[in-house]
Amino acid sequence: MDAVGREMAMSKKIRLATAWLAGCSGCHMSLLDLHEELIGLFDAVELVFSPLADVKEFPAEVDITLVEGAVANLDNLELAEIIRSNSRLVISFGDCAVTGNVTSLRNQIPVEDLLSAVYREGAASLPGSGDAEGIVPKLLPRVLPLHQVVKVDAYLPGCPPSPQRISAAINALLAGELPKLPPDMRTFG
Amino acid sequence: MPVITLTVDGELVSARHGQSLLEVLRDLGADLPTLCQCPGLSVQGGCRLCLVEISGTNKLLPACTTEAAEGMAVTTGSERLQEYRRMVVELLLAERNHTCAVCVSNGNCELQALAANLGVDHVRFSYQYPVMSMDLSHERFGLDHNRCVLCLRCQRVCDEVEGAHTWDVMARGGMSRVITDMRRPWGESSTCTGCGKCVQICPTGALFDKGMSVSEMEKERGFLERILAGRSRHQSKGQGHGRSRKGNGDE
Ligand code: SF4
Ligand code: SF4
Ligand code: SF4
Ligand code: FES
Repeated sequence: MDAVGREMAMSKKIRLATAWLAGCSGCHMSLLDLHEELIGLFDAVELVFSPLADVKEFPAEVDITLVEGAVANLDNLELAEIIRSNSRLVISFGDCAVTGNVTSLRNQIPVEDLLSAVYREGAASLPGSGDAEGIVPKLLPRVLPLHQVVKVDAYLPGCPPSPQRISAAINALLAGELPKLPPDMRTFG
Repeated sequence: MPVITLTVDGELVSARHGQSLLEVLRDLGADLPTLCQCPGLSVQGGCRLCLVEISGTNKLLPACTTEAAEGMAVTTGSERLQEYRRMVVELLLAERNHTCAVCVSNGNCELQALAANLGVDHVRFSYQYPVMSMDLSHERFGLDHNRCVLCLRCQRVCDEVEGAHTWDVMARGGMSRVITDMRRPWGESSTCTGCGKCVQICPTGALFDKGMSVSEMEKERGFLERILAGRSRHQSKGQGHGRSRKGNGDE
């Protein structure tokens, strides 16, 4: 890993964050599928925020943030904005962030009808009402791809992106370049 | 057959009189993106992916509907053209509901491949999320309007090759839909022979064999060429006189 070597020589670790908005966590699972490559990666980066690390607040001065998931509710929206203002590079990580994907399948249905079908007419109580007030974030009228909410610097499509795609993208980023994946590594789906 | 000479991306090339620009480019082995065009079917000129620049006119012209002419100077891959082609694909993806990850054609789809080849790694337009139905009334095939790009290959293959003319298109713009038998359910069609040609020719997951799950629908890309080659052999032996207008079980 050339880029990693170079960064190590510079002896300043890249501050990497990964975030999980409205997605299934499959993209993070695929990240873990980098296996032993992760060891080399952590020589070059410091993981400053991630669902895989126990950090509560999104920190300042992050170099690169990989964002899994679409923007579906007020919490996602708030975190997306914090991520953007605190990160030098924001990468849409996987199809939900890039296109809305499966998360956006609900967009044909008005939110109130959706909540009625799932909760009011179902067994559970309605998020954001009664006991759940203030605990479950309010849904946005429509699920949005990340780049329709904040500026995004690069896109890593795939559901989930394969470890090969993730590796190629991360290596480019560590080398100080925006990833430019070949056609067979940038398909949706 | 008279031969003409034209310039393609700065190179002098010769072509046969009457050829379309797309045929000339294909003969040269050029990799021009197309979606509605399909060898063996009439030209549609609908998708605008094959747009080229022709010197002397500021208009971009589709290579599939433009006849090659003596002295023409054609540009096929300028940054401007690539940008328009990307926009075409992005508009197609934004216009209906393309959720590749859960689509029958995931991994085997011409639209998905076009997007990747052209470098469309995100869509800059607002997704429309139209409410679209499916027609699952046919015994063996399904139609999912969510994935249709209105290329009308189904309409042409059914009319021109199968001779059944089951398909048409209704309404305009964003309301356009492919329909069977004057908008009756496909399964009740009195014209459909059940040959499956429309399913095989459809570039996306809009037409599929029933029972297919995510990524399972693989279309047989060469089937039309095979059928048409078989037909011309047949005709040259003096057996088939003209093209039958009814399904004749050549699949
Ligand atoms: S038809 Fe093609 S582009 Fe559309 S969802 Fe299916 S695989 Fe994706
Ligand atoms: S199955 Fe054959 S006859 Fe029926 S609609 Fe498709 S092409 Fe036409
Ligand atoms: S159903 Fe398929 S072949 Fe027919 S117009 Fe739609 S995308 Fe094209
Ligand atoms: S291929 Fe020429 S317009 Fe569609």
